[in-house]
Amino acid sequence: MKILVAVKRVVDHNIQVRIRPDGSDVDIAGVKMSINPFDENAVEEALRLKERGLAKEIVAVSFGTAANQDVLRHALAMGADRALLVETEAQLQPLGVAKLLKAVVEREQPDIVLLGKQAIDDDAGQAGQMLAALLGAGQGTFISSLNIEGDEAIVTREIDGGTEQIAVKLPAVLTADLRLNDPRFVKLPNLMMAKKKPIETLNAAELSTDTAPRLKQVKVSEPPARKPGVKVGSIEELIEKLHEEGMLS
Amino acid sequence: MSVLILAEHDGKALNPAVNHAVTAAQHWGTPVHLLLAGNDTNVIAQAAAEISGVARVIRVDAAHLEHALAEDLANILVAIGRDYQVILGVHGAYARNTLPRAAALLDVAMVSDAVEILPGNTYVRPVYAGSVYSTVQNDEAIQIITVRSSRFKAAGLDGSAEIVTLDAPPAFGKSRWIGRTHQHSDRPALGSARIVVSGGRSLGSAEKFDAVLTPLADKLDAALGATRAAVDAGYAPNDIQVGQTGVVVAPDLYIAVGVSGAVQHTYGMKDSKIVVAINQDPDAPIFQVADYGLVADLFDAVPKLTAAIH
Repeated sequence: MKILVAVKRVVDHNIQVRIRPDGSDVDIAGVKMSINPFDENAVEEALRLKERGLAKEIVAVSFGTAANQDVLRHALAMGADRALLVETEAQLQPLGVAKLLKAVVEREQPDIVLLGKQAIDDDAGQAGQMLAALLGAGQGTFISSLNIEGDEAIVTREIDGGTEQIAVKLPAVLTADLRLNDPRFVKLPNLMMAKKKPIETLNAAELSTDTAPRLKQVKVSEPPARKPGVKVGSIEELIEKLHEEGMLS
Repeated sequence: MSVLILAEHDGKALNPAVNHAVTAAQHWGTPVHLLLAGNDTNVIAQAAAEISGVARVIRVDAAHLEHALAEDLANILVAIGRDYQVILGVHGAYARNTLPRAAALLDVAMVSDAVEILPGNTYVRPVYAGSVYSTVQNDEAIQIITVRSSRFKAAGLDGSAEIVTLDAPPAFGKSRWIGRTHQHSDRPALGSARIVVSGGRSLGSAEKFDAVLTPLADKLDAALGATRAAVDAGYAPNDIQVGQTGVVVAPDLYIAVGVSGAVQHTYGMKDSKIVVAINQDPDAPIFQVADYGLVADLFDAVPKLTAAIH
């Protein structure tokens, strides 16, 4: 079984992004970038399937500029077998990502595509479902466990108010929730070894897909701030305030 | 042209957030239709028809729709979606699973988690865990969006929509429902509770999380919430996680106990009307979003608070 894992390069989750003075976008120049945490869960799960003898080959793919080599190296250092960088300067949106992934799937013919349930920059949470649609495949989204039985992926999905178990025929698209696993730490020797593994590079134009952005960002802004609060000195004062607000009636 | 709402339900009742989505849908000033897909939606359809501002309830009943598999719901949306200007859902697991799939099949982009709908098919949505708002313009022929229901008032209940039925497309057949685990109690649902009592990692263990917070939640008839740190540490089940990667809530009163206040958490509760924070660390970021902050040992303060509420 072959697994394709899609990894996105995003602003590290510990960084508080700043808005450009003209409000046109966020300013991420010189900011620390990392693999999208949910995609790291996806890589980890693929590795576990391989370690359990269920998967044979793990291919990591990322879309972007040469800078994206760092997240692919991270996936290789974790244990992915090979990596594919599809180079594009375009501002990719979820539908464009899904179309590029579809082209990669047609080339690689994986049994499972694993990716994060959302990226922590645009927080859209769409690419996996869109890819499944374009492939005519079944989808298992927001998964917190994965098993393979016969020609099906048996997954637990995190839904509002509980979890759900479904079986999805392979080939399938699965999106990882954070509780799917704890990604392993990358050890330095592995990172050094990963530097020797080749990263195959393709130009997005070779995949002849329509990746033009469909949504136009008009501006970015600070979210409305909450009005400053007060510190209360005691439980009694807190209860008095809550009564005044009508919260305890 | 009309607006179609993918109406979430659990086989027994509509998700109350659908009433909020109906208000959001009024933005376009065109008729609002509710799509109700399930196995036996008769009773739910009667209730849905009473939501003010709904012109038509479209029932699609079939055995294979009982468990709302995304593939089957999306195929219904594809079958009828081109007749609509807007397809709208509540930003929860149900629509987040289905609408992107339908959007790709219809070859249109989608806008997730709109907190505001502006003229000119323009939307405001949070990005970077809600630390930035992005305003996006969507020129697609069909607007597919999920909305943050807490940002829109609930529609009233004096409507009388027509109810029509539609044949379901055949089952997609590549996904199979196995089962569901509800971690439910008799508490109000987290997404729609008037009061939420939420705990962080400072609670220290699952036993203490339960022992400290449950009596307070019981007394206030509140839902329980938790931070990701508390969930990852095993103190609380994952379906009560509030934040960027969990549930977004906006209750009248949010009581954050031992919660540090990382942006990933505040993303999910910043819209609450009143926020109370109890934390021993006076510099905890949660105090920046709290209306009322109490610097105290939670193990001392929370039982006292519980005892003092009548």
